[in-house]
Amino acid sequence: MSDTESLRETIEGIVRRFEGVPGPLLAVLHGVQDLLGHVPAAAIPLIAEGLNLSRAEVHGVVTFYHHFRDRPAGRHVLRVCRAEACQAMGGVALGEHARRRLGVDFEETTADGGVTLQAVYCLGNCACSPAVMLDGELHGRVTSQQLDVLLEGLAERKP
Amino acid sequence: MTVATVYISRDASALSLGAEAVAQAIEREAQARGVELRLVRTGSRGMCWLEPLVEVAGPDGRVAYGPVTAADVPGLFAAGFPAVVKHPLCQGPTARIPYFERQDRLTFARVGVVDPLSIDDYLQHDGYGGLRKALEMAPARVVQEVTDSGLRGRGGAAFPAGLKWRTVLEQVADCKYVACNADEGDSGTFADRMLMEGDPFVLIEGMTIAGLAVGATRGYVYLRIEYPHALRTLQAAIDTARRHGYLGHDILGSGRGFDIEIRLGAGAYICGEETSMLESLEGRRGEVRFRPPLPAVKGLFGRPTVVNNVITLASVPLILERGAAFYKEYGVGRSQGTLPIQLAGNVRRGGLIEKAFGVTLREVLYDFGGGSATGRPIRAVQAGGPLGAYIPASQFDTPLDYEAFAGIDAMLGHGGLVVFDDSVDMAQMARYAMEFCALESCGKCTPCRIGSGRGVEIIDRIVQGTDREKNLALLAELCDTMVQGSLCGLGGMAPFPVQSALKHFPDDFRRGA
Ligand SMILES: Cc1cc2nc3c(=O)[nH]c(=O)nc-3n(C[C@H](O)[C@H](O)[C@H](O)COP(=O)(O)O)c2cc1C
Ligand code: SF4
Ligand code: FES
Repeated sequence: MSDTESLRETIEGIVRRFEGVPGPLLAVLHGVQDLLGHVPAAAIPLIAEGLNLSRAEVHGVVTFYHHFRDRPAGRHVLRVCRAEACQAMGGVALGEHARRRLGVDFEETTADGGVTLQAVYCLGNCACSPAVMLDGELHGRVTSQQLDVLLEGLAERKP
Repeated sequence: MTVATVYISRDASALSLGAEAVAQAIEREAQARGVELRLVRTGSRGMCWLEPLVEVAGPDGRVAYGPVTAADVPGLFAAGFPAVVKHPLCQGPTARIPYFERQDRLTFARVGVVDPLSIDDYLQHDGYGGLRKALEMAPARVVQEVTDSGLRGRGGAAFPAGLKWRTVLEQVADCKYVACNADEGDSGTFADRMLMEGDPFVLIEGMTIAGLAVGATRGYVYLRIEYPHALRTLQAAIDTARRHGYLGHDILGSGRGFDIEIRLGAGAYICGEETSMLESLEGRRGEVRFRPPLPAVKGLFGRPTVVNNVITLASVPLILERGAAFYKEYGVGRSQGTLPIQLAGNVRRGGLIEKAFGVTLREVLYDFGGGSATGRPIRAVQAGGPLGAYIPASQFDTPLDYEAFAGIDAMLGHGGLVVFDDSVDMAQMARYAMEFCALESCGKCTPCRIGSGRGVEIIDRIVQGTDREKNLALLAELCDTMVQGSLCGLGGMAPFPVQSALKHFPDDFRRGA
């Protein structure tokens, strides 16, 4: 089966899951990104077709939301909070440390595909700031040293 | 010998500080020593500075130890744990810890106490008492009770909940909705999250009562994607409630139906604005809608919709169970009941403090918070999220009350307080407010979309000392334009932190060159 065909099958499967659900586009996009790690450009016409929407409409929604990405992320995703409560406890410096240490800017992935660095605006951990989320796991009162330890832990986990 | 019960939070904040490792260490140590114990995972007591907090059931209530690390666990057992022991980490009875004792825990009464996923725990702690009462009352009576309680929306705008519900009740439609706003995008706020993780059934009960009151049969929770823990807990609780007949087409044999579905956001702050949230729930770009029509008249899928914040809805079961008069005994003036205050940022004892309206900012910052975490003087507090004003120390005697805050050109919003010490650069905070607005603007109106980016540039020029007076005047003008010319609160209120910084901390804008 070609890549195009398998993508079509994947998308059709996800669309089917939301049959009868009103306003399903966001849920479908979540489904696609959960499964594929991103929403590939080639998926957009297929989603549009499946939901009876225009391509422009689907594209417009994908680009509106920060969460959806058009490229795969690295094997790990580090999200550093840059909002006020974290700023009050050194969050900006922590973000700078992450950039230096990983050698990438926010919204970029390290050359080896290991880590994607993302900015996030509040993780709801504001009483334990600064906060980061690593692969969906929340960490609070994070120092630069602790961030290093977390990232070193990833290197060990690498396949 | 009875088996000791040990409680450890599984709230995301507690986990972020190592609660899971502590729980595992306790189980390991107990096994190694042949000590039998029962480990219960709860929500958080909200005393974040004591997390990971470990509690043990004692004859006079629970006794607290904190903050506990996994490394402390062998020492605790060596001292006699889980029997109540003298130990440097022992905080005494949880209920006697001043931070906790001085609160008015109504909406959060069960959070940190019960196992959030146990419906038996919920029922044993007065759960579903409100729904049972509501099922015996005419819908209009339920709405009246909420109106009489004085409950105002806790999501930010403080609109009377009963009035909104009445509007929806009065609409004639084939279908109505309850949409719970769990987008909680404001920095410095986490009450919605703690409630959903610590007592999800109370939100489910509150939404169900809202549905019965206005004639809605379907509820949606719009939950932000940044809250994976809350998603898991709330989804599990919804499934449990349905299995036990508390959701579905025949609630408790009443013949009346209501069900709830969670819909995830996708990382857009603007989707917390109610009409943007409705657009997003319908699967579209989260662009703000023009008003009228109000969502209460024409909301989700064009149908009458109650849009309420998590805490607003979670306050309803108690109001029905104990009555409006009981709830109204708390609070001051037109701010009735309690506010879950979220104390965050540079503060020694950050956490969640549920307190009747009327407590002063100073009491919260110093009596509860213990001053700044760094030990330096507190210089400013941002209240009400990224669109809220910065409040200087000279105004710390202001009571937490919607009108009193409006009186100092500030807002209470969702009850988040972010503390900054004297190392803060208020010009940079003002710049950040504009930057955030530019980043999160839905793009529908020019003052917000274009103005916010311009604001960043102008502040940069002011700080650099380029045509400072001219640019200060320009910034003031820009703020006015945004306040007056924006369709919604993002562009309309983003100038508030800027204006307050300019007013109370003018020197910060005049430092360089
Ligand atoms: C930019 C913006 C963001 C908002 N974000 C939230 C939010 O995250 N959560 C919330 O409950 N209300 C938020 N609101 C307020 C909602 O528009 C609305 O007033 C609220 O959900 C109504 O519920 P309540 O009356 O129970 O507070 C926001 C408003 C604006 C203008
Ligand atoms: S003020 Fe900003 S966020 Fe609000 S409607 Fe206008 S452009 Fe959109
Ligand atoms: S501001 Fe960083 S977690 Fe809330």
